[in-house]
Amino acid sequence: MLKGRHLLDPTDFSPGELDEIFDFADQIIQSPAQFNHLCDSSILATLFYEPSTRTRFSFETAMLRLGGNVVGFSEPTSSSVAKGESVADTIRTVACYADIIVMRHPKEGAPRIASQYSPVPVINAGDGGHLHPTQTLTDLLTIRSVKHQLTGLTIGCCGDLKFGRTVHSLIKATSRYPGNKFILISPKELRVPDYVTADLAAKGIAYQEVERLDEVIGDLDILYMTRVQKERFFNEDDYVRLKDVYILNADKMRLARKDMIVMHPLPRVGEIAYEVDDDPRAYYFKQAKFGMYARMALIAELLGKAPLDLENTSHLGQKDARDRKARGVS
Amino acid sequence: MLTITSIRNGIVIDHIRAGLGIRMFYQLGLDKAGYSVALIMNAASTRLGRKDIIKIENNVDFDVTMLALIDPNVTINVIEDEHIVRKVKPELPERVEDIITCKNPRCVTSVEKYVPQVFTLVNRELGQYRCQYCDEIYTVGQD
Repeated sequence: MLKGRHLLDPTDFSPGELDEIFDFADQIIQSPAQFNHLCDSSILATLFYEPSTRTRFSFETAMLRLGGNVVGFSEPTSSSVAKGESVADTIRTVACYADIIVMRHPKEGAPRIASQYSPVPVINAGDGGHLHPTQTLTDLLTIRSVKHQLTGLTIGCCGDLKFGRTVHSLIKATSRYPGNKFILISPKELRVPDYVTADLAAKGIAYQEVERLDEVIGDLDILYMTRVQKERFFNEDDYVRLKDVYILNADKMRLARKDMIVMHPLPRVGEIAYEVDDDPRAYYFKQAKFGMYARMALIAELLGKAPLDLENTSHLGQKDARDRKARGVS
Repeated sequence: MLTITSIRNGIVIDHIRAGLGIRMFYQLGLDKAGYSVALIMNAASTRLGRKDIIKIENNVDFDVTMLALIDPNVTINVIEDEHIVRKVKPELPERVEDIITCKNPRCVTSVEKYVPQVFTLVNRELGQYRCQYCDEIYTVGQD
C-alpha cells in the first residue's frame, strides 16, 4: 500500500511496489479516459525552487488528467521563499492547503527535509545533482514497456554522469533487478560520484567506466544519453570544454544493435544529432509520454485513489459518472 | 629528548595519527581544562612512525564515539595509581548526529541550518559514513 508514502529516492519503493505503479500505469495507457475523474477534488502543490519545464508540465498535466487541481510556484522569487522562509515552514504551510506536494530544489536533500515536516506525501522532482526518482519511474516504465523486462540488461549511461541526477537515480533503481550491468561512458572529469560506484561494488554488480561511446555502443541494450548541464558547473571554461564531447549521431547508431533503444531525460542540447530522431530505436520523445502516465499512476497511488483490483476497473467510469451527477457536476 | 612525566590518575589517548591530536584536543575542550593536560605531537612510534599522544591528569568522562570519528585507531588507556587498569578501543557508531559536518556545498544542510547533520555508517572497514540528505561520503580520518 503506497497511500501516504513519500517518494524521495528511487529505492524508497520495493520492486514489487514499483510493479504496482507500473501495472496501474499500463491500465491508464490502455484506457486513459477511464481515470479522468479519479482524483476529483484533490489538490497537487508544485513547489519548483529552480526552473523546469517538462517535469513541472508532466506533473501538472498528470494531475489534471486525473481530474485534480494544481497550485504552486515555478520560481522561488515569486513566493515566500524570496523572503527567506525555510523549507520546513513552507512545507508546513502548503500541507495545510494541498493533498500532495511535488518539490524541485537546487539543494541536495531538500525534499527529505520537506518529508520530515509534511503530513501529506512529498515527491522529489529533482534535488540539485542528486536524485530524480520520478524520472526513474519514467525510465523504468519505458524500458518495461519496450523491452518487456527490467532484468538482464546492459545499460550504457553517457555524458555528464557526475552531475546527472537522472543517471544516479537510474543506476540505483535498475541495480536492484538481477542480471543488469552498467557501462558508464564519460570524460574523467564527469564520472559518477563515488557513492554510486561504491553501491555497485558493494552489491557485486558489474560495471565499467570508459571514455569512448563508439567502442561500447555495440554491447548495449539501452543507451541512456544525458546533457552536459551548464548550471552544474562552477566555471564556464570546464563547461565549454566538455559539453560536446559525447554526441550520438547516425554513424555511431550504425554500430549499435538493432534492438538497442536510445533514451534521454530531455531537454537535449546537441548531444543527440537530429538525424537520430527518425531512427526507430530513438525513444526519448515516447519516454516523455510514459513519464506523464507514470506520474499519473504515482499520484493516484500516493493519494490512495488507485483501484485495488486492477483486473476489474471498468466500473470506475460509471462510478465517476454517478459521483459527478450526485455532486451536480456535468 | 622531550620528557613528559607519567600521570597518576587519568587518561592517555595513544596511537593518534600524527596531526590529528590537535583536533582531538579541541574537540574534547581540553584547551579550557582546569587540570593538567599534555598534547604530544610527532612522537616516535614503532607502529605508526610518528604519532600524537594526549595525557589528561583527571578521570574525565568524554565521548569515545567522537574520538573514533577523528581516528578510529586510537587506544584509550585508563590510568589509576600510575598503572594502566583498562584499555578501550573506540567503535564507530552506526549513526551520528551533529558530529560530522557535510562538506558538499550543494547539500541542503549548508543553508537549512535548523536540521541536524545526520550520517550513517556504510562501510566500517573503510570508516565511511553517508550524509542522510545528499549521500555525500565522509571518510573517518580524512579532512
